[in-house]
Amino acid sequence: MRLEIDGLSFSYCNGNTVEDITINVKKGEFIGIIGPNGSGKSTVLKNLYRALSPHTGTAVLDGENLLKMSYKKSAQKMAVVGQENEIPFDFTASEIVAMGRTPHKKLFDADTAEDVYMTHHALEHVGMENMADRDFQELSGGEKQRVIIARAVAQESDFWLLDEPTNHLDIGYQMQIFDFIKRLDVTVLAAIHDLNMASLYCDRIYVLKDGKIVLSGTPTEIFTPENIYDVYGVNCTVEIHPITKKPTITFLPEGF
Amino acid sequence: MSKHKRLNTKILITVLIICAVVTVIIAVGLGPVSVSPITTAKILISRIPFLGSVIPQTWEQLDYNIIIGLRLPRVLLGLIVGASLAVTGVTMQALVRNKLADPFILGVSSGASAFATLGMLFGVFSFLGQYSLSLSAFIGSAVTIIFVYIISRTNGRINIPQLLLSGVAVSMIMDGVTNIITLSAPNALGLHNAAFWMSGSLAGAKWDYLTLPLAVLAVCMVVLMINYRGLNLLVLGDESAGTLGINVGRLQKLLILVASLMSGVTIAISGSIGFVGLMVPHFTRLITGGDHRKVLPVSALLGGILVVWVDVLARMVIAPEELPVGILTAVIGGPIFIWMLRRKQR
Repeated sequence: MRLEIDGLSFSYCNGNTVEDITINVKKGEFIGIIGPNGSGKSTVLKNLYRALSPHTGTAVLDGENLLKMSYKKSAQKMAVVGQENEIPFDFTASEIVAMGRTPHKKLFDADTAEDVYMTHHALEHVGMENMADRDFQELSGGEKQRVIIARAVAQESDFWLLDEPTNHLDIGYQMQIFDFIKRLDVTVLAAIHDLNMASLYCDRIYVLKDGKIVLSGTPTEIFTPENIYDVYGVNCTVEIHPITKKPTITFLPEGF
Repeated sequence: MSKHKRLNTKILITVLIICAVVTVIIAVGLGPVSVSPITTAKILISRIPFLGSVIPQTWEQLDYNIIIGLRLPRVLLGLIVGASLAVTGVTMQALVRNKLADPFILGVSSGASAFATLGMLFGVFSFLGQYSLSLSAFIGSAVTIIFVYIISRTNGRINIPQLLLSGVAVSMIMDGVTNIITLSAPNALGLHNAAFWMSGSLAGAKWDYLTLPLAVLAVCMVVLMINYRGLNLLVLGDESAGTLGINVGRLQKLLILVASLMSGVTIAISGSIGFVGLMVPHFTRLITGGDHRKVLPVSALLGGILVVWVDVLARMVIAPEELPVGILTAVIGGPIFIWMLRRKQR
């Protein structure tokens, strides 16, 4: 077991809460968290990467208390990719990726040949090596997100938290980003907006509704028309796709 | 300019250091009594241990006194002050993730002015001895920035619009306090001195005044250079910085300490010289990009050189009278600030 979240609760001042969240992630698994807008997907992840601190509950990563770990150590173990990456200053793509090396650096360390290699390797992994010297701000949304993925690759941590990393991206980029991550062979806990994406890439899925986990299981167990209606309030049909062998969800507009 | 190689930083810094040395030599010679650069260089070299005896004394004693006693401390103070202002600007901009931030926008200098004027006119901080002015300005800037910081923290992180607005508000309060103090001043001479000091001037620089700001600049520069990765990451946002191994809360406090130390001491010595802390980091980034490993040293050098030259202008424009250098930087810097704002909107 790599990550064990047990009984985690958090509430915002405006009354939105996540309650009694219990999630387990085994080594090598790709775990999805799905749920409607405002169901608390991001909140759960923010509590794990300590942008928020939970009121109760524990999170243990590789046998150690994640919530008390030094920032440096948690950064060595866990990479985080969020959905928006607006950077107001002028950095090149490779400068952004090189920042992923920070958790491996002591106070007085200079950049070494290994850092340069890792930065280049990470850019290559996402097919951005030709854009290394481009200004980050001038890149398109999909290219920006690939650079952020490369930064996480350069970070060399084998546990990834993804907070809707493909939001606002078109389908080509969405698939590309997930394929990059899948190819890395890392353990993943990801909040995912798109149910068919979750079905394609996740080994197991937790479903959040109103801040609570209401369902968990494999995509085949989770994605039934009844469950989807209960959680999202929409009608759909679900078929096992002949090629992917994964459930494919087709949403039905009113009138069908 | 989609794809471009940035200038080699080592070459850039070497060139800037040479520029700084040349600037010192020329600037020291300029003024109501002008001394040729060659004579100046000779006088300067004569002061260097071991090397000094090699140079034959061909200059007038008066030139020597003007160069070493009057102008050199002033020019060196200009370098230190300019570098400190530029580096403070860089620090503040990273702290608030905004290129338009500078110490003055967040009210630090107003706070320093209020406390320093209090010290100058009423001797409130005279128990602090020789450095009472510097220390009172430092206390003023620290109080202001901590106040602004606390107001603008919501849910454990800094709210940028709120930070800028509370900076403006606290700035106004502090300016009001400064006005109350100057209006109720017990003596006219103190009033004139305070007014001149607040406009920002390097006049009256003495060798004694150089030690403290130089020490502060050196220490802060080292602290910032050690933390350059942290500064870079802070620009990505608090959350990203945290997930890449930075203790954001601790770094923010460190930066606030460094910024208030540098701005407080600088303001105490030279008053509020505006816009250097805003313009220099901005132009530096145009040359070097955003990496603080390059931005910090380059902006320090550019800031120093700029202030020395504006100070030369300040003592030449209406010679034999002189303008406070802060007035010139404001007059030149204001339009540039407006241009930057307009450019940002596009």
